[in-house]
Amino acid sequence: MGSLDFARGREVGRSLGRLEAAAKVDGTVEYIHNLRLPGMLHGRIHRSSIPHGRIVRIDTSAALAVAGVHAVVTADDVARLVPDPYYGPAFHDQPILATGKVRHVGEPVAVVLADNPHAAEEAADLVAVEYEPLEAVFDEVAAAAPDAPVLHDELRPAGMFTDLKHLAGRRDTNVALDARLRSGDVEQAFAEAEHVFEHTFRTGKVMHAAFEPMVTVAEPHAAGGLTIHTASQSPSFVRSEISRLLGWPENRVRVRTAFLGGGFGAKLYIKLEAMAAVCALLARRPVRIALSMDEQFYTITKHGATVRIKTGVARDGRMTARQVETFWNGGAYADIGPRVTQKSGFSAAGPYDIEHVALDNYAVYTNEPPAGALRGFGISQLVWAYERQADVIARTLGIDPLEFRRRNALRNGRPHATGTVVVGMEVDAVLDRLAEAMAWDKPFDRGTGTIRRGRGIGIGVKACVSPTTSTAAVHIYGDGSCAVHCSTVDMGQGSDTTMAQIAAEVLGIPTTDVRVVHPDTDVTPYDMATLGSRSTFHMGNAVRRAAEDARAQIERMAPGATSFRDAMLARFAMQAGTVVGFGSYAPSYQKPDPETGLSANITPFWMLGGAGAEVEVDTETGRITVTKLVNVADVGRAINPASVERQLTGAAIMQLGFTLFEEMVFSDGQVLNASLADYKIPGFLDVPRELTGTFVEAPHPEGPFGAKGVGETGIFSPSPAIANALYDATGVMLYDMPLTPERVLRAIREAGGRPLEQA
Amino acid sequence: MQVSMTVNGRVRKADVEPRLLLVHFLREHLLLTGAHVGCDTSQCGACTVIVDGRSAKACTMFAVQADGSTITTVEGLAANGQLHPVQEGFWDQHGLQCGYCTPGMIMSAVNLLQDTPHPTDRQIREGISGNFCRCTGYQHIVNAVRQAAGRR
Ligand code: FES
Ligand code: FES
Repeated sequence: MGSLDFARGREVGRSLGRLEAAAKVDGTVEYIHNLRLPGMLHGRIHRSSIPHGRIVRIDTSAALAVAGVHAVVTADDVARLVPDPYYGPAFHDQPILATGKVRHVGEPVAVVLADNPHAAEEAADLVAVEYEPLEAVFDEVAAAAPDAPVLHDELRPAGMFTDLKHLAGRRDTNVALDARLRSGDVEQAFAEAEHVFEHTFRTGKVMHAAFEPMVTVAEPHAAGGLTIHTASQSPSFVRSEISRLLGWPENRVRVRTAFLGGGFGAKLYIKLEAMAAVCALLARRPVRIALSMDEQFYTITKHGATVRIKTGVARDGRMTARQVETFWNGGAYADIGPRVTQKSGFSAAGPYDIEHVALDNYAVYTNEPPAGALRGFGISQLVWAYERQADVIARTLGIDPLEFRRRNALRNGRPHATGTVVVGMEVDAVLDRLAEAMAWDKPFDRGTGTIRRGRGIGIGVKACVSPTTSTAAVHIYGDGSCAVHCSTVDMGQGSDTTMAQIAAEVLGIPTTDVRVVHPDTDVTPYDMATLGSRSTFHMGNAVRRAAEDARAQIERMAPGATSFRDAMLARFAMQAGTVVGFGSYAPSYQKPDPETGLSANITPFWMLGGAGAEVEVDTETGRITVTKLVNVADVGRAINPASVERQLTGAAIMQLGFTLFEEMVFSDGQVLNASLADYKIPGFLDVPRELTGTFVEAPHPEGPFGAKGVGETGIFSPSPAIANALYDATGVMLYDMPLTPERVLRAIREAGGRPLEQA
Repeated sequence: MQVSMTVNGRVRKADVEPRLLLVHFLREHLLLTGAHVGCDTSQCGACTVIVDGRSAKACTMFAVQADGSTITTVEGLAANGQLHPVQEGFWDQHGLQCGYCTPGMIMSAVNLLQDTPHPTDRQIREGISGNFCRCTGYQHIVNAVRQAAGRR
């Protein structure tokens, strides 16, 4: 063999086990949760007990008297370091600690710093805050009304997103963003349509419940810098935002992560980092702030939403017009909500070819805990509405639900409602696979007596968020070994292994020989964040390019070498040196027109997910048992098929929980079930007898080896599939998630003319 | 208070506060960080260890209650450099994603197989149903335990 063996086709497409599997089964894997530093203080947050009010006085004397307490930090202390303490990716609206007023129950008001967590916890309870309560508003539709109590005096866009700039200085409103899309003429089309369907759907608030609760350790340096060890999905963002708050250059702030014990969108942007950084700088000691599971319920949630959807349909069953008005309950601080509103809102017409579309999306402040990104970024709320309505339309018109979707499907080469021509989205293949997996053309037993059976499907689409950038470096060391440096965070999705497979494929070496260096802003180059199923596509492309660059350098410097080891020896005259390949990727993009929302290039790739469900409904108890659940995704190409399958079945079960029972229950802004004891998540016994995650492959022209992202795809459609199966089984139509036995039973009894008494 | 217990075959003694939870004793004093804290309200199972032959959620016990006990944590499962069959099962069957629930799942599964060496799938699900996985790999976890049972 006369040259390096850069063979292809060996690593990509294989179901390799995770590189870190050994460390995960023997308990030695690194999480920030495990980190302890010498001299470290423990921070415990004192939280607001009311949903909206002015802070009159904070009395810290009792807390300070507890043995072991070092300090109690409040907004006044924060102000000494950070005169403008407001942060956020979309709006600078969230204070590091409540400043002047509180806007939701559970808002951090003070942090106790103590030698040990017990003292910190005891003292945090002893902080006494006097409030002057203000009127609060919780419902997203009510909060958008002109006479609603206003949370923020003035909107302050962060500046990162140019389409929010025009909102600067807007006053007396809770609407943080109204995003619209206008394509065609819906009014005219409704007037001409044979049928018009109009419904309102709702989804409640749910929570990520990642098992490693949020944790940050901030470590000040004597020389005037700061290291932040944090379980974060967005280390690059944390660095820039902390630098901005402190007025420091980014090179004085180092942010590093380890493996995350789950993320699902909760650990994005700033969560505990600003608070921990300020506390550490004030105390001049490392500070660890670690939330309990219960505290996470007050930190970030998924958006509850009210979706009003109106669809015009022609005699032949083709949809001609759709109007959707969505109110997103963003809670007290915008977090990334305005992006959810716009970036997901524009896909409310679904994976359908509809000529006339009008969409209005409102990001609304309310006095509930902030809502942000949760796996799917708003898509599942919309799919819940448009796919439930799809079955109503199909049934009314006497069209089979699968056929109805086929008839209306948006196909490659056709313009999406935004005007972007669709490429690389395999709607027919997904529907075919769904039909096959559900044995849709076979007779189906609908049950008898009190147990009724039904089946249903749904299909949803998301445009991957754009524009975003990923960069990566591939290092070849003196002995020929190799490491990938990238800031993608492995939170359980298996990105380390995927990135190693991509690099290994290019370099012609086994994946197990590639080490992936974890995000550390001093070491690994910029990445926008690990979110929105963007990493395989964006970072995968950057890693691929970095590996190609490294390979090209090696080929140039040591032509004819038969291994990296030999190449390094040949070039450096000893077993030494480093070769660094660099790669970056940012897709092309065209900003939507501010008036119409139209863009010729809105996304680098479309994610399409279909789901099918079979259910048994006990008509006497209202209990739904999902006996079969199928997720089908269009993935471009699976870099690691086993990882893809885990993403799809994992998402199916997570969404099953959101569909059937997960719901944060509020009373005056208090979460009544803020604990896993009261907030039920799916367990072993909730898993359907048959659970399938399957995918279709059609290499995407721009994806790394044809791959697209898949982390969220399995979240989109299980909810309407299950509700459509309920509809099939009982004829009962539910508009609100979750489908609790009580809601189901009420609906069944009402339909049967024997309504239950109101509780 | 003085406590003494045998952890992964070694006698460990310490002076602890009465309010110290077993999970924190293991993690903070013995630096055995394999038992994770998820909920700390005895729901999730991430902190599961084996105490005197029975699986127990280490966030529900005080360290002083474990005085005199024999404890096995995930770090103590491998013998002579050989992973325990349950650990191998999780690895081979891709029974882990973020891995945070994994040590607790493994300890519950070890306990299940002690009592029921050849469980049906139903028995596996029920036997470890006190452990939760948010990622959520239940199906593959069942496969992992089944594989481990087959090897016994
Ligand atoms: S941490 Fe012990 S059960 Fe959750
Ligand atoms: S693997 Fe993440 S919680 Fe189970």
